[in-house]
Amino acid sequence: MTQDPILEVRNISRSFGKFQALTDVSLSIQTGRLCALIGPNGAGKTTFYNVVSGRYRPTTGKVFFKGREVGGLPSHRLVSMGLLRSFQITNIFPALTVLENVLVPLLVHHGMSFSCLKSIRKQGELAEEADRILGRVGLRGVSDHVVSTLAYGDKRLIEIAIVLARRPTLVLLDEPTAGMNPEETDRMIHLIKDLSEHSDTTFFITEHDMKVVFSVAERIFVLNQGCLLAEGTPEEIRNNPDVKHAYLGGSLDAPGQ
Amino acid sequence: MEGILANVLNGLSWGMLLFLIAVGLTTVFGVMGVLNFAHGSLFMLGAYLAMQCMRWFGSFWLGLLIGPPIVAALAVLIERFLLRPLYGRDVSFQLLLTFGVMLFLDDGVRLIWGAAYHVVNPPQILSGVIPFFSQSYPVYRIFLVVLGPLIGAGLWAFFAFTRWGKILRAAAMDRQMAEIVGVRVPVMFTAVFAFGAWLAALGGALAAPHQSVGPAMGEYIIIESFIVVVIGGMGSFPGAFVGALILGLLNSFATTFAPDLQMALPYILLAIVLLARPRGLFGEEA
Amino acid sequence: MKILPRFPLIPGLVLFGALISAPFILSIYWVMILTEILTMGLFAMSFNLLFGYTGLLSFGQAGFFGAGAYCAVLTLLHGPASLWAALAAGFLGAALLALPIGWLCVRRDEIYFAILTLGFGMMLFTVAHNWRSVTGGSDGLGNFTLPKLDLFGWSISLFNPRHFYFLVLLIAAAGALLLLRVVRSPFGLLLRGTRENSNRVSFVGANVRSVRLFAFVVSGALAGLAGALFALFNRIASPEMLHWAFSGKAVLMTILGGSGVFLGPAVGAAIFFVLEHSITAYTTNWMIFLGMILIVLVLVFPKGVLGSAVDFIDRFRKGGGR
Repeated sequence: MTQDPILEVRNISRSFGKFQALTDVSLSIQTGRLCALIGPNGAGKTTFYNVVSGRYRPTTGKVFFKGREVGGLPSHRLVSMGLLRSFQITNIFPALTVLENVLVPLLVHHGMSFSCLKSIRKQGELAEEADRILGRVGLRGVSDHVVSTLAYGDKRLIEIAIVLARRPTLVLLDEPTAGMNPEETDRMIHLIKDLSEHSDTTFFITEHDMKVVFSVAERIFVLNQGCLLAEGTPEEIRNNPDVKHAYLGGSLDAPGQ
Repeated sequence: MEGILANVLNGLSWGMLLFLIAVGLTTVFGVMGVLNFAHGSLFMLGAYLAMQCMRWFGSFWLGLLIGPPIVAALAVLIERFLLRPLYGRDVSFQLLLTFGVMLFLDDGVRLIWGAAYHVVNPPQILSGVIPFFSQSYPVYRIFLVVLGPLIGAGLWAFFAFTRWGKILRAAAMDRQMAEIVGVRVPVMFTAVFAFGAWLAALGGALAAPHQSVGPAMGEYIIIESFIVVVIGGMGSFPGAFVGALILGLLNSFATTFAPDLQMALPYILLAIVLLARPRGLFGEEA
Repeated sequence: MKILPRFPLIPGLVLFGALISAPFILSIYWVMILTEILTMGLFAMSFNLLFGYTGLLSFGQAGFFGAGAYCAVLTLLHGPASLWAALAAGFLGAALLALPIGWLCVRRDEIYFAILTLGFGMMLFTVAHNWRSVTGGSDGLGNFTLPKLDLFGWSISLFNPRHFYFLVLLIAAAGALLLLRVVRSPFGLLLRGTRENSNRVSFVGANVRSVRLFAFVVSGALAGLAGALFALFNRIASPEMLHWAFSGKAVLMTILGGSGVFLGPAVGAAIFFVLEHSITAYTTNWMIFLGMILIVLVLVFPKGVLGSAVDFIDRFRKGGGR
């Protein structure tokens, strides 16, 4: 990997009033390498995502995406540049059908946001593309179901499908397996690994389930109390005493050692 | 100079009435997340009840004492039986419900008291005018200008020092917080709604001798108080106070200096505040 | 794989046929009521593009309805004596006004949006009420000659209420078709997405404010068109047409008929007028009843009359299929 980093974060801090949620965090992600961000509850993982994805402005510091400074850009602009994200709490369109959920990002992607005089029923190509994406995440069979009637794991997959529909270059997944049963978790891990290997999309996930992190990530960043505590390969992180300390020695030993 | 002073007094007296409405509106919104369209109608009901007390007992003070609790009791019924089933549903439907309540109350008042305007005389001790430079000024307005800050201070003390006041402020900022502190939320919602109604009716009773009493008075004041709470920042107690004063003063000065613009000025102010500070002067920025 | 269910074409055509044949059966009185129903139905449907499809509750829709009315009348008074010019002026004038006002209002949503639209609608009301030299103040603007309708070389006098009815039917149907096109377009799907979850829409790269603004302008323009028809029919444009109580009518009609069904607001308008006529026969205090009806609808039938009926039919069909 000699490419420029797809995402580079330099010295960002973010505070809410007196509370310092992130302090001087710097890291960079190489194109195509599946990275993970971990840390105890309240370490600032979601705040970090919110800053990178344009939801919050960094108090100080800079964010570069594809070499361009993007700190403070509204999220819809970042999305247009290819940076997509999922949320910890499933963020989809509950009263629309599965197909419609994927069509919304597709029509935005194809510049049809304001096309108000064409019939959506006649957009066969959009429907085919949606079908392909639904096939990719294994939801083809339920495409005309209203999303709110589906199982929890399927809803999380729909969010992945929504994200994929924008043909992203970088995807931030915020705890993609949170709340899933083991079977659903396996399915999700498989999907993420598969997508990361067989597409041009780079994935960056946060996760509290260490089993997931160590089974998928090529590189891991550890956040603790708003600061970057460590970074390295899964092996390095596993043996890092600081990290062990931060986790009180608990869950890090869990993943099949 | 004296013209300006008279304008200031007029603005303050109207601002104080607005404040009594707006503070209830903003507290109810802050705590319950409900924007009460019928709040102006509760204000109007307070004025009508004060008028009725004057007719029956000949006492303004009795009206001030009796009217607001009756309106508060009505508010308890509205909250328990109409609003409560809607918590957790789309906020639009809560707004539509209070809109229905407003239509009902406004026309109900018309049914009982007729569509005509009524004049309520201030009590003996507050009637008449006092000399004011070369002109004269109604005593009752002076009374309102004095009473307003007193009520404001009373409310401030309530919010700042009493247990309930602190809980309400905390809940207006963050509902979950109140649950953590161990407040029974349903009881608190009812109490807040009734309290807001009591304040509105008190304002109405106080407004009765200040302006004529008629079925449109609720509709007029609710729009002004909406503007007050948006300008001040919804859920903010100081915002309601400052917003009400600004709007009251703007109204009275515009009547003198720019009568053509007077009716449009509040909306222009609304647009300006919205552009500069979308969450209002005292609103928390996200 | 089909994207949306097909629009129920046959019931739509039956309804249209019934509306065409209505003036040959009904008395002049009911033809005029039907004219008002169609006008207000279009108004309510324009409101529902924002409420039902975009999830924005506007309490200022009458501002654009009234603006359309004034634009139409002013065109007839000072411009060409053409019916089409008056209608176009109502449509475009309201759209032009909706652009800056919408730009301000879409900066916030939910309850704030309701207050802002209420406020700016009332601002338009005060302009109509106070700018006497242009708008005639509280008396309104009347005294214009109703031009003849020029259509395909014919020239038809509109003083016959039945003729006027056909004009309104034509325009209302055109407006409804335009709306139908919009809500079933890619943009319409994006609107529904915004209603469901505006946050997700902005995180798939659409500018939610622009999307809402566009809906706001389309909705305002159609409200203006309805207002122009209303002014021509009543031969006057008056400030009450911009008052928030008038916006409330559109809200009530929509809730009455059902915001989740395309024709719900129009059906609501019909029910509204029928109720109004039957209740005002007994009492002048019909707002009390309206208030009670609204309360019951919100609490018990939030889907409205047509919405509940459609639900019932769907359930019946599914039950029968088993």
